[in-house]
Formats: sequence, C-alpha cells, structure tokens
Amino acid sequence: MSLVQRALSGDYPRSRVLAVALLLILVGLALAPFVFPGTRSLNVAAKVCVFILLVASYDLLLGYTGIVSFAHTMFFGIGAYGIAIAATKLGPTWGSLALGCVAALLCSVVLSLVIGLLSLRVKTIFFAMITLAVASFFSILASQLSDFTGGEDGLTFKLPVSLAPGTKLLETAVFGVEINGKVLSYYIVFFGALFLFLALLRIVNSPFGRVLQAIRENDFRAEAIGYRGVVYRSVANCLSALAATAAGILYAIWLRYAGPDTTLSLDIMIDILLMVVIGGMGTMYGAAIGATLFIIAQNYLQDLMKLGTDAAAGIPLLPNLIHPDRWLLWLGILFILSVYYFPTGIVGRLRGVK
Amino acid sequence: MRHAHSGPLKQAGEGALLALTGVNTHIGHYHILQGVDFAVAQGGFTMLLGRNGAGKTTCLRTIMGMWRASAGRIIFDGADIAGEETPAVARRGIGYVPEAMGIFAGLSVAENLTLAARDGPIDTSRLEWIFGFFPALKKFWNLPAGNLSGGQKQMLAVARAIIEPRKLLLIDEPTKGLAPAIIGHMIEAFRELKRTDTTILLVEQNFNFARALGDTVAVMDSGRIIHTGAMADLAGDPGLQQQLLGLSLDAHQ
Repeated sequence: MSLVQRALSGDYPRSRVLAVALLLILVGLALAPFVFPGTRSLNVAAKVCVFILLVASYDLLLGYTGIVSFAHTMFFGIGAYGIAIAATKLGPTWGSLALGCVAALLCSVVLSLVIGLLSLRVKTIFFAMITLAVASFFSILASQLSDFTGGEDGLTFKLPVSLAPGTKLLETAVFGVEINGKVLSYYIVFFGALFLFLALLRIVNSPFGRVLQAIRENDFRAEAIGYRGVVYRSVANCLSALAATAAGILYAIWLRYAGPDTTLSLDIMIDILLMVVIGGMGTMYGAAIGATLFIIAQNYLQDLMKLGTDAAAGIPLLPNLIHPDRWLLWLGILFILSVYYFPTGIVGRLRGVK
Repeated sequence: MRHAHSGPLKQAGEGALLALTGVNTHIGHYHILQGVDFAVAQGGFTMLLGRNGAGKTTCLRTIMGMWRASAGRIIFDGADIAGEETPAVARRGIGYVPEAMGIFAGLSVAENLTLAARDGPIDTSRLEWIFGFFPALKKFWNLPAGNLSGGQKQMLAVARAIIEPRKLLLIDEPTKGLAPAIIGHMIEAFRELKRTDTTILLVEQNFNFARALGDTVAVMDSGRIIHTGAMADLAGDPGLQQQLLGLSLDAHQ
C-alpha cells in the first residue's frame, strides 16, 4: 500500500467511482495489445496514453497555476518533429533518436523560458496572446521549411529495427498475440506516459505545487508571504512544456510520423482544453478521465451512431438525426452538456465538489 | 485640530524598527498617501487608526511593496525598503495579515500554514503555542480553509503570519466582520502574542479593540498622520477621540 501511496504522492482519487474508473483505464491501457489487438484499437490506446500525458501537463498550467497558454501544441510538435527530423536526417538509429529527444527538450526549455520571462510578469491574458502568436508563427514555420520538416505533408520516418512492426521479438506468441516491434513501441509509449504522469502528480503535490496553487488563488497574498510569482509561474511553464515535448516524442515514436495536423494544429489545442475542462481542472486525474473519454468518443462515436441508424431504420427522422455524418454535432452537444452539468469537471463532480 | 507629528514618536528612527518619512503613494490618478511620517517602536504594539478612506490600508500595502511609494523613505531594520518588491520585503521578516480574512481558501489549514513556514517544516512547539489560543485550527487541520467560519479564517490569517517568528507584523483590520465574542477571543490571542515582544502595527476601526491592545497610536486622515502618541492618552480623552476619529463610541461597542 505504501508503494501506491508513494506512486500517487499521497494524492488519492478520493472517490470510489473515480478510483475504479482510473484503475480500468490503467489496466485497459496496460493490457491493450492483448485485449484490443486490432490495429485501430491499439492506435486509439496509444493516442490515449499520449494525450493523458499531454493533457496532464496542460493541467499543470491551467489548473494548478491559472495560466492560459495556446502554445502547448507547439511544444508537443517540437517533441514530435525533434524525433522525426533526427530520424530522417541521421538515420533510424537509437543514437539519433536520443539526439532528437535532447535537442527537442532543450529547444522547449529555451522557448518556454523566453516566452515566460517576457510575458509572465504581467497579466496572464497577455501571456495567452503571446503564446497564440508564437504558436501560429511556429506552425507557419513548420509548413514553410519544407526541406526540413516535410511541409504540409509532414515527415514519415523509420525507427530502429527493433521497433519496426515486422520485427518479431519473441518466437512464440503470448496469449495469441505476436510480440513484434509495434508492441514494444506501444509499451515504450505506455510506460513513458505513466512514468511522466506520476512525475507530474508528484510535482503538483510537492511544496512547489502548493505555492503554485496559492499563486493561482491569490497572487498578492502569495507574494506577501514571500514567494515570487513570476519565478514560480516561469518554472511551471517550463516543466509543462517539457512534459508536452515528451508527449510529442512518444507520439512520433508510435506514429513514425510527424506532421502539422497531428501535433501543431490549433484544433488539437482546443481538444486539449476541452479534455482538461471535461475531466476537471486542477486534479491531474481529470486529465486521465477527460483524455480517455474524449478520444474514445472521437474514434467510436461514429460507429455507435451507425449501429443506432441501422436499428432505427424505418422510424421517421430519427435515423437521419443519428446518421454517422452528424457525429460532430453530437460530440459538440455532449461537450456542452458536460460543461453545463459538471462545471468542476467529472473528477470534481465525483469528489462531490459543486 | 492637533498639530501633526506631535507626541513621543516624532523622532523617527530612535529605537524604531520601522520608520516612514514623507511617504507618498499614487494609485492611478488618486494621490492617496500625501507625506506619511511615523515610526513603529521595537517591541511595541502600534495602532494605526483613522476614518474610512484615510489611507490606512494603502499605508500597509505601501510598506509591503504592493503599491510603489512615489516619494519618501521606508526604513525597516536599518534598510530603505521603499521600491523593493513584495516577496523581498516579506523575506526581510515582515508578516502581513491582509484585510478580509486573506487566506487561501482552496488549500487546507495545514497547507496554508506549511506554505507560510517558508524556511522549512513547521516548528511543532510553536504550532502547539498557536493552537493554545486558536484551538479551532487544530480541530480543522485538514479541512479546506474555505470551509472555516469567518472568525476561524481570521485566526488562520493571523496564525499564518506568526507561524515563524517575524520581526514585524502588519495586520489589517482583524476584527472586521467578526462577532463581539470572537473579537474578545482575538484580543486574548493578541495579548498572548504581545508577551513575545513581537513588534506589531495594526490597522483598526474598532476603538475598543485598539484601546485594549495598543501601546502607541497613530491617527491618519486624508493621507497624512494627524496625531501620534500613547494609546492611554487618547483612550482617556474623549474630546480628542471625537476630534481625531469623529467616532461616537456607542457605534463601536
């Protein structure tokens, strides 16, 4: 039990339903290659892992520090492009992957520090505008430097042989599933995301995290106790950018591709915002719940609606309303309802906080 | 009206822990502090009184560096702190209790106090001492501070400022919005604090509270100090009270 306490940094779910949901997500993701072996479902599982980390790192900013940033996908993209460019230019070796990782993380630290120190001193709305501008600039840069980044098409690249889907790692299949490079990649993504999620949980429950919460609640009062808001906000911004970069690295390893639409786009930024809000801001666990629900809905709502249309055939109007083509409409309605009924997010609701 | 700067605290600096000289503060277009001069004696309990809008809160905030003084000097412990940023001022050893029960509502009582003990873990014997006069804090140790009653929040705000020894405490209207019984409790707590020889500057509207605790008094009006002297002298002179504070004591019983 003390192992669980240490892993969660003493921050328990504090709700039985939430604990069960989190356990289901953890077990489901841990066994995904065996329980959901299809290509599509494994893709969804990997995306859930990556987005749990990405959304949790955004929660560190939005939920714990009260900073609104629109540059989170930029750091996500830096991670993905770091791996992609290193693998394309230097060849598919472990060494080039490591180099790509280090370069991407360094780049993110420098960028987030510069953005933070330039704008976190003043009003947070100014920070939001700056990040929006820098993120747009970065996204244009990525599509313009096509020799380097592959432009709009992005970069498809090869990974070291042991991560290639065709590589058999074990002679015998485990539970009827062949252990190949794809399964190994999945577990790199899974354990990487899990480890970093727990690290973020530790950060928000540390004395540093407590100061962040105090600053979010009342900047002046925190300063009057002797904490410099700008320093704490800058460090939080940096840590959050690093975690987002790591998420980008994992995503690129999984997809063997980096492109503007999968990492840099503003659509993803909005998705992240929605996931944080739906899951529950300032809880970390909300990131896990929000990301999982959102991505599953994004991928399977259409299938569900197709089933509904077929079942409702013959009834007037209804099949039309739940036609798979209308899935975005229904996803939108689901968001509005969840924000309306769970203003503190699903986690806030489950913990009984109004 | 009495002459400005009369009384024993005229010589700012002599034995004073904090001395303000000609401090001016502008907030936007408003000229709030218009040359504030007064001193807080080492180890004393100084009351800063005055009508609403006289500039008392602005005075504390200017000392804390939340508003920048546009002119004048603020000497604390031998150094001019005018122009220093708030965290730096706080780290010189000034504890600040903001008005309106300024606690962190989203954090627990324990977290509020741990946060304020910035030099390391909370000293348990000091904590027990605080529990001695604020027992509610012990009872609700792990509760979110937002769930406390008004009086308990105020106790937490004071406890936060004294969780580690500070050279000077700035306290802004600790009785505001509190029931008379709780005000009595607060007086007892501050008496206990007084025994530790902590230097305190306290802004107050409640004259009975001020009279019960203050050694010396400074009265503000329209952004200036209009009177300084011993608390006992002011307490024993209703005519002077009427003149300086314009208060009818009945309203403050």
